[in-house]
Amino acid sequence: MKIAVASGKGGTGKTTLSLALAGYLANRGYRVSLMDCDVEEPNVNLFLKANIRAVEQVSVPIPVVDGDKCTGCGLCERICAFNAIAVVSGKPLIFKDICHSCGGCMLVCPERAIREVPKEIGDIEEGSAGAISYIGGRLRVGEAISPPLIGAVRKHYADSHYTVIDAPPGTSCPVMAAVRGCDAIVLVTEPTPFGLNDLKLAVETMKRLDYPLGVVINRAGMGDDGVERYCAEEGISVLASLAHSREIAEKYAAGEVVEEFIRFFDGELGEIVSGLERLTGIRAVEVK
Amino acid sequence: MKELVIISGKGGTGKTSLTASLAALAGNKVVVDCDVDAADLHILMNPAIQKKENFVAGKVAVNNSEMCLQCGDCVLYCRFDAIGDYYVVNPVSCEGCGLCERFCPHEAMEMVSRTSGEWYLSDTRFGPLLHARLFPAEGNSGKLVTLLRQEGRRLAEEKGLDLLLVDGSPGVGCPVIASLAGARAVLVVTEPTVSAVHDMKRVVDLAGHFRMKTLMCINRCDLNRENVKAIEEFCESRSIPVLGKIPYDGDFTKSQVAGKTLIEYSDGEAARAVRKMWEDLSRTVLH
Repeated sequence: MKIAVASGKGGTGKTTLSLALAGYLANRGYRVSLMDCDVEEPNVNLFLKANIRAVEQVSVPIPVVDGDKCTGCGLCERICAFNAIAVVSGKPLIFKDICHSCGGCMLVCPERAIREVPKEIGDIEEGSAGAISYIGGRLRVGEAISPPLIGAVRKHYADSHYTVIDAPPGTSCPVMAAVRGCDAIVLVTEPTPFGLNDLKLAVETMKRLDYPLGVVINRAGMGDDGVERYCAEEGISVLASLAHSREIAEKYAAGEVVEEFIRFFDGELGEIVSGLERLTGIRAVEVK
Repeated sequence: MKELVIISGKGGTGKTSLTASLAALAGNKVVVDCDVDAADLHILMNPAIQKKENFVAGKVAVNNSEMCLQCGDCVLYCRFDAIGDYYVVNPVSCEGCGLCERFCPHEAMEMVSRTSGEWYLSDTRFGPLLHARLFPAEGNSGKLVTLLRQEGRRLAEEKGLDLLLVDGSPGVGCPVIASLAGARAVLVVTEPTVSAVHDMKRVVDLAGHFRMKTLMCINRCDLNRENVKAIEEFCESRSIPVLGKIPYDGDFTKSQVAGKTLIEYSDGEAARAVRKMWEDLSRTVLH
């Protein structure tokens, strides 16, 4: 089962829950992969501390113009829907940072003056920590477009009973790229007005994808009951509520939260897993 | 005009709560919510919408099935995996490059304008607010951020206001880059957790890219003493002033539940620390 852990709002505990779920399942003998698709701010391995076996660079194709062949006809500028090409005094200028790598300019160039070269946008690292396989992406600072890197991370699906995907926050292209092809989505939120507002946005977003969906309320008790009421009204299943604790927050601050979290919330993690089995109808094969 | 952008790298460090508190303290300003993916500032500012506009950005392909002979050429040209069964375009994946339209031999594909969201100009008890709503699963957040800031500047000039307070989004990607270009200063809100410190360093590098004046605020500063020290040492090595240190305070959440800014709700330790930070900001970079 591929479980994507997402949230509208940042800082609700996505990464912690991803790590805890992976650890909880690994402790029960399952083969587990943990994927960090929050490539703008990848944090999984700060906590997991996996040994990295391999690092792969990810690049996207970017056009370059052969000045000798180019006649300055401007067809490349005209097809580019992203305004990434401007012909200035008979020469096309390419703005790499806003190019979406669609390949149109190369296809329409009548002189075959445009070819594509790779531009590195980030890395993917692979490794393991105990029984957990880890795959994580890291966007280069200064790069704007993360979905191609997220897509590349997702292609590294390992053969596992469970794959847990730590998705980026928000409701736009990066999160859509991260959850694509999963079996179920867990939306993590906190019981505050901000948490509720961003949860609603995330639910609307995920509805467009039609994956089974459940909510986990983190830091339960810190705010109000708006999230619970909303989920009840909308018929969204609340998989578990994790009580607010300053002690957990302090452990998190120190980077030592995962084991403590699994111990503290053992029952709740079990509820999440059985809730997901119920929602998806998928059960991992029992392992000896 | 001075423009202060508030970002954090990691989400949930208190960016929006702080922006709202600064909005309560600052005079002559326009507030701009550039966290267009998950805008929350309006919850604390209770805006009365004065103007509402569609945000139309780019295009999306639509297959006119009557013309389509199912030849499959579009699939060969599309690099975004956006063409599904029966050559129907999946708008979530379509990035609007237009190659399918350009190369369809039967003129079955058409690029149509894409309304990706709405943006608003509102009145609040703290003055004008520009905010927006990106529709679910839409892209182009960077363009929407750029538009909001432009509108914010125009309004400030028109009304003779001299400060733009901008609430940014988490991460280091498209919308964050769009919120930084050309601003005077960036206030990074971090907290002493290993992940927030890691993410803070990435946004500081990003701000460095744009040669921006960078300032630091450490929220929940009593959570972990060692990490506070690490942040302070990092800031010293980069010549970044640490303007504010705000303690962990339940009043932040309580004020949010009450729909108020911390400044209006509380006179506790955290509120006092925010006031002091504002005084330092207005005496220095915003002077």
